[in-house]
Amino acid sequence: MRKTIVAFAASALMLALTACSGGAATPAATGGASGGAPNKALDKLVVGFAQVGAESGWRTANTKDIQDSFKTAGIQLKFSDAQQKQENQIKAIRSYIQQGVDYIAFSPVVQTGWDAVLNEAKAAGIPVILTDRAVDSQDKTLYKTFLGSDFVAEGKKAGDWVTAQYKDATSTVNIVQLEGTTGSAPAIDRSSGFADAIKGNPNLKVVASQTGDFTRAGGKQVMEAFLKSQPKIDMVFAQNDDMGLGAIEAIEAAGKVPGKDIKIVTVDAVKDGMQALSDGKINFIVECSPLLGNQLIDVVKKLNAGTPVEQRIVTEETTFTAEQAKAALPNRKY
Amino acid sequence: MKNVLNRAVGHRLFWPLVMLAALLLINVIAVPGFLSITVNSEGHLFGSIIDILRNGAPTLIIAVGMTLVIATRGIDLSVGSVCAIAGAVASSMILASPTPNNVGTVTGALLTALVLSLGLGLANGLLVAGLGIQPIISTLILMTAGRGIAMLITEGQIITVNSVPFAFLGSGFILGVPVATVAGVLIFALAALLTRRTAMGLLIEAVGINPEASRQAGVRARGLKFSVYALCALLAGIAGLILTSNQTAADANNTGLFIELDAILAVVIGGTSLAGGRYSLAGTLVGALIIQTLVTTVYTVGIPPIATMVFKAAVVTAVCLLQSPTTAAALERWRSRLATRHLQGVAAKAGAAR
Repeated sequence: MRKTIVAFAASALMLALTACSGGAATPAATGGASGGAPNKALDKLVVGFAQVGAESGWRTANTKDIQDSFKTAGIQLKFSDAQQKQENQIKAIRSYIQQGVDYIAFSPVVQTGWDAVLNEAKAAGIPVILTDRAVDSQDKTLYKTFLGSDFVAEGKKAGDWVTAQYKDATSTVNIVQLEGTTGSAPAIDRSSGFADAIKGNPNLKVVASQTGDFTRAGGKQVMEAFLKSQPKIDMVFAQNDDMGLGAIEAIEAAGKVPGKDIKIVTVDAVKDGMQALSDGKINFIVECSPLLGNQLIDVVKKLNAGTPVEQRIVTEETTFTAEQAKAALPNRKY
Repeated sequence: MKNVLNRAVGHRLFWPLVMLAALLLINVIAVPGFLSITVNSEGHLFGSIIDILRNGAPTLIIAVGMTLVIATRGIDLSVGSVCAIAGAVASSMILASPTPNNVGTVTGALLTALVLSLGLGLANGLLVAGLGIQPIISTLILMTAGRGIAMLITEGQIITVNSVPFAFLGSGFILGVPVATVAGVLIFALAALLTRRTAMGLLIEAVGINPEASRQAGVRARGLKFSVYALCALLAGIAGLILTSNQTAADANNTGLFIELDAILAVVIGGTSLAGGRYSLAGTLVGALIIQTLVTTVYTVGIPPIATMVFKAAVVTAVCLLQSPTTAAALERWRSRLATRHLQGVAAKAGAAR
């Protein structure tokens, strides 16, 4: 399933590539016709990418996918690692402006404080693409698009599955929620998306909700306490795989069977989570994919050809059941 | 009778113990079965109290080491990073071995991690005792660099370890009691015996109270400081292994994150002064239990996550205020003023009656 998607994307990419080089073979005329769009040959393009750092496995997979995608597409990539510091990222972006790259892409470390450097890029005529994280700038002309996951939709997908799963339930279904780091965008958005999706069925009730800080240890401790303070738990919604994996251990220690006595839904789909899903310990996973390299290439190509792009592009993401996890697991990259 | 009560209130562990009892009471009100401990089908003890004792063990183990360091007028901020390194080393060794379920493999990995932790402690000791750099600066170096080292070992990934003997450390049981709890109790007892049944505790306090005077009196302050930092890091290594084993994964970013603050807090709640000198291991034990009970209370009672920090801060502030000598004196004055006013009232009434 996943393999075919990748193969399809790759072949689509190859097609686009040949089409573009075909266009470049008839010089100058097309460049002038598309109304000031650069429309350079792909191998002449230079894109500067300023990454957040290497703070998690998710991020490492994100970096690797972007680098690989650029290599496959034959576009030159200048890459910098900001080590989670905004000043490093601003320095990197300034140096890209001085080098006169064609496009700048970056995942902002924090949301605020970007107007100055983004205005410099705008003045230099270099389009900016945001990946994975947004900036809270009022001036939407400072960047072309924001390419990343929709956390609300992720929570909603999880909630939809729960609703479908218990649509015939006649008694109350007790759900406990393991939230991400308090105040973080994914935690807030996934909670609201989930609550929205289950509110149609009065039998579905979130009886307890606590933060497990997105970590295994956190998920385990919270779940241990829930198992003792809640008389009956039917379902766990963990806002990432790691907390779900922690919850599995707590449930097993309490002498119950995860996935059967207590059902588990998580978000992320990292390798360990997928393993637990195919073992039947997790029932459903909503993907939050770091693999946005191909979509980034797509945006660069569209901008290069002078085609307009949407202000907001959502990462292509799917959901997994146990069978789909079994099929996808052998070539899971992260 | 009143004398006994006064002496109990005056004891330095009185208010921390009251706080612990109050926290437990809140839980019992919220969940009536909170204190119940059952034996499950596998013969393991099961209940919220057991969770507190197990999850609190790593903090207690580190806090024991921290107590001795603080008693010498020092502090060790690097314990959290040492936790992460110990976990990362042991996990990657077990993962690299062809026989992850072999007891020998696991023992080897654990010993390597502990020797390394001890080495890191000696490095701290060298900076503090050997070179005379301020403890907060010396250990800050390892605190910052240590997580980087752990990240390098795990290559930035969360390493999952599937090894039965390794999992035993964090989630196994000995005679029904969690292994982590047994380890915590043993370490606490050993430290208490070593420092209170020998002159070592006295010497540590002497170094903390007045390093120069104790040196002139013939106390080998330098060697003592070396050993407390080494011991603290070794204990941090043990705690790190328990934490890593409990979550069956080495997480360089999060294992032992902020545990140095919890440990320092446990020591302070227990009545040991950060200025060094007199210390109380029993106080540290109560402090560690309060911190873990606080965490469990938040989950059991269902305090909303956004209010969690405020709730914790309120409890800690209350404990510190109750223990402060200034507050104690103010309370005493208030009580005696009340008593005087009461007496005056009685006298006035008596006068009016006459």
